[in-house]
Amino acid sequence: MACGISLQPKMVLASLRVRKQGNGRCTNVPRNVNLEKLQNNYLFPEISKRELQHLEKYPNAKVISLGIGDTTEPIPEQISLSMANYARALSTADGYRGYGAEQGNQALRKAIAETFYKDVAIKDTEVFVSDGSQCDISRLQLLLGSKVTIAVQDPSFPGYIDSSVIIGQAGDFQDKTGKYQNIEYMQLGPQNNFFPDLTVTPRTDIIFFCSPNNPTGHAATRKQLQQLVEFARDNGSIIIFDSAYAAYISDDSPKSIFEIPGAKEVAIEISSFSKFAGFTGVRLGWTVVPEELLFSGGFPVIHDFNRIVCTCFNGASNIAQAGGLACLSPEGFQAICAVIDYYKENAKILVDTFASLGLEVYGGVNAPYVWVHFPGSKSWNIFAEILEKTHIITVPGSGFGPGGAEYIRISAFGKRKHIIEASWRLEKLFSKGKPLFNCLK
Amino acid sequence: MSLMNNLSTSMISSSSSTFLAPTSFNSSRTQSVSVPLKSINIVKCVATPQEQQNAYKTKVSRNANIAKLQAGYLFPEVARRRAAHLLKYPNAQVISLGIGDTTEPIPDVITSAMAKRSHALSTLEGYSGYGAEQGEKALRAALASTFYRNLGIEDDDIFVSDGAKCDISRLQVVFGSNVTMAVQDPSYPAYVDSSVIMGQTRQFQKDVEKYGNIEYMRCTPENGFFPVLSKVARTDIIFFCSPNNPTGAAATREQLTRLVKFAKDNGSIIVYDSAYAMYMSDDNPRSIFEIPGAKEVAIETASFSKYAGFTGVRLGWTVIPKQLLFSDGFPVAKDFNRIVCTCFNGASNIAQAGGLACLSSEGLEAMQEVIGFYKENTKIIVETFNSLGFKVYGGKNAPYVWVHFPGRSSWDVFSEILEKTHIVTTPGSGFGPGGEGFIRVSAFGHRENVLEACRRFKQLYN
Repeated sequence: MACGISLQPKMVLASLRVRKQGNGRCTNVPRNVNLEKLQNNYLFPEISKRELQHLEKYPNAKVISLGIGDTTEPIPEQISLSMANYARALSTADGYRGYGAEQGNQALRKAIAETFYKDVAIKDTEVFVSDGSQCDISRLQLLLGSKVTIAVQDPSFPGYIDSSVIIGQAGDFQDKTGKYQNIEYMQLGPQNNFFPDLTVTPRTDIIFFCSPNNPTGHAATRKQLQQLVEFARDNGSIIIFDSAYAAYISDDSPKSIFEIPGAKEVAIEISSFSKFAGFTGVRLGWTVVPEELLFSGGFPVIHDFNRIVCTCFNGASNIAQAGGLACLSPEGFQAICAVIDYYKENAKILVDTFASLGLEVYGGVNAPYVWVHFPGSKSWNIFAEILEKTHIITVPGSGFGPGGAEYIRISAFGKRKHIIEASWRLEKLFSKGKPLFNCLK
Repeated sequence: MSLMNNLSTSMISSSSSTFLAPTSFNSSRTQSVSVPLKSINIVKCVATPQEQQNAYKTKVSRNANIAKLQAGYLFPEVARRRAAHLLKYPNAQVISLGIGDTTEPIPDVITSAMAKRSHALSTLEGYSGYGAEQGEKALRAALASTFYRNLGIEDDDIFVSDGAKCDISRLQVVFGSNVTMAVQDPSYPAYVDSSVIMGQTRQFQKDVEKYGNIEYMRCTPENGFFPVLSKVARTDIIFFCSPNNPTGAAATREQLTRLVKFAKDNGSIIVYDSAYAMYMSDDNPRSIFEIPGAKEVAIETASFSKYAGFTGVRLGWTVIPKQLLFSDGFPVAKDFNRIVCTCFNGASNIAQAGGLACLSSEGLEAMQEVIGFYKENTKIIVETFNSLGFKVYGGKNAPYVWVHFPGRSSWDVFSEILEKTHIVTTPGSGFGPGGEGFIRVSAFGHRENVLEACRRFKQLYN
């Protein structure tokens, strides 16, 4: 299904006031052709732009943002207190710290290894603390270089594809298919239980795999991940496993790729404190690169990643890291779980709302995203309709790839009262007898 | 069985050509007189040791660009040497004048703003999630009015970051692999290393100690540490750091005017690193944008690291004027913005709150005091080496002292100093072949350590 283009945002010269210059005013430096390939603005700033435009049109509208997955609940006190204390200590002779290890504070690396990877024997030396997954994805791309091929789930978090285009791994964008050449799009949908059919997936060097999935909310089962690891092993590929939403898992789906035997030789795992601890603004995450992971010549991947981290990065903020350590204390962890439960309850309310309307709804059980199917429609049109009629921001599925063309992602981050209000407005919009509902059926 | 644990530490040769890429995963950079490090994992990575030959290998080729890199990044290598030295002499009172790591506490006005922001994140009114990737509006405005007043730089020309080192790599991602670059020689190693990683260079040539396809602009005492531009080939990008790390040289208005003209004539882009501008004592430009015409040819990058002791807090900024255009007329700022939105997610909001406090009048005053303290350190170090009869450069406009050891290998001098005085410095050749024969002594440190270090230098070289 070709992605809807009627309301597709196009590259605009936005707020930069550029007078068209004569040749004398330009440098002779050629623009990076890879950046020219990018089709649109990055998805989430585009959503923000739409929100602003909507507010200009309806200045009194009570807009509810269920678009960008931005956390809303305050950080538990003991965690922010430890960050405040660390900050204050930087004013003292004993407490002052300069450059930290680029790989992260040792105690934090240990705590991450012990909290998340205790049973799978990942060492603290294999954990690299960062300022978040979006940054880690790009650092991994720098590590891998332009000559590798990648596969992504379709739909998927746009950072994988965009960073791949930027680094030069992708070919041109094809309007007809809505895909970049040279990237393998592994389609996900209800028809294949939101897990790609690996028997028809060609080999690529790298496989980006996010579970629980953004945007579909599906958490891969142990069996599915075993298949994935076997597939990677047979093909000599490297999986980059994005486990940013692992804390939202409700059933016994694996929380880490390393729960699968053999994964250490084929996988890197990235994760984040953003959706786990509300650190979207504080900035903290981590990447695990097992020592066993080797390039084709036998060279350890961890060695090159360490080089990238030392050369292109200078460590996550020490204050954020102090917060991270507090998150992983027993009390901190418990407090965070309470916040996660709050968002999960939000997700449940949204799932129930859509289900009760007779719409096809997925996700929302193992992830803070609800994925709603509007068969035969164009997601940007649905996005616009919802925004116009209910003042609710969502994310059109095609922003995540052509596989999302008929879907809308609704994020469950928000104040409970806003979630309830949103549900009520959506019920009004989609209930039987309403024109929008009828034209969809 | 871990491959890493099987490798033993061995005697480290002082000659750079025998370096193997180091991996000191637990390099803890402590600041003052040393405390014996507890558990150190020092490993030396050797390509394909025995046990790996039977291990499972993926079919993913290693990035050929990274394979071009000659050794580990310079500063972790210096840290590794320091750690090895401590193993050898566990009771040595090592003094670190190597890595330019700040040592003095951050002024209260700044940390209390960060503490306040931290507390606020626990409240309904004060919680904030994702910030604008380009940085918080108030901070961008404060940066514009503090550093670029009357220079025609607007708030939205400024992109807040987690530091200059990260910005350099993001700029390289913007530029891509098909541009050529020039660097000062010697220079801060991140410019060259990021260029290699990005694929802009050819192989390292051992005989000249340079990467192919990089234009090295020699900066020596003979040319006043400013390149002879008539001898410099055109490149797309020119990295220029002033006040300079490692030489401490500050370019004059006349020199920068020539540099801007050179860039203009060649259609090049200058990436101007002003991380040490506030250390300037002389009346030299602090920003490239003080030079008329610079907005059409230059990007400026800067950092709170050495001003506010934010080396661990992580905060910096990059300025890209709207007038800076690629050859097809496309604004460079637009591509940088795209990179910032896609490959980054903003500097930590707590760090940004600290940055804003730095730029209050109280904060600026407090920063000037700390900078003044380090400048006094620099003065002491300069006087020491002068009194010992060395040719000493820098130290006036930057927190680095560049000492000449004619005819000697800088790694050898580094090792000798370390062995005989337990002082860590940085060998000049780590900054490029133009640094051979020099040692960089950094002036960050507690006063008593700097004084003690100078006593030891006097003992060694008298």
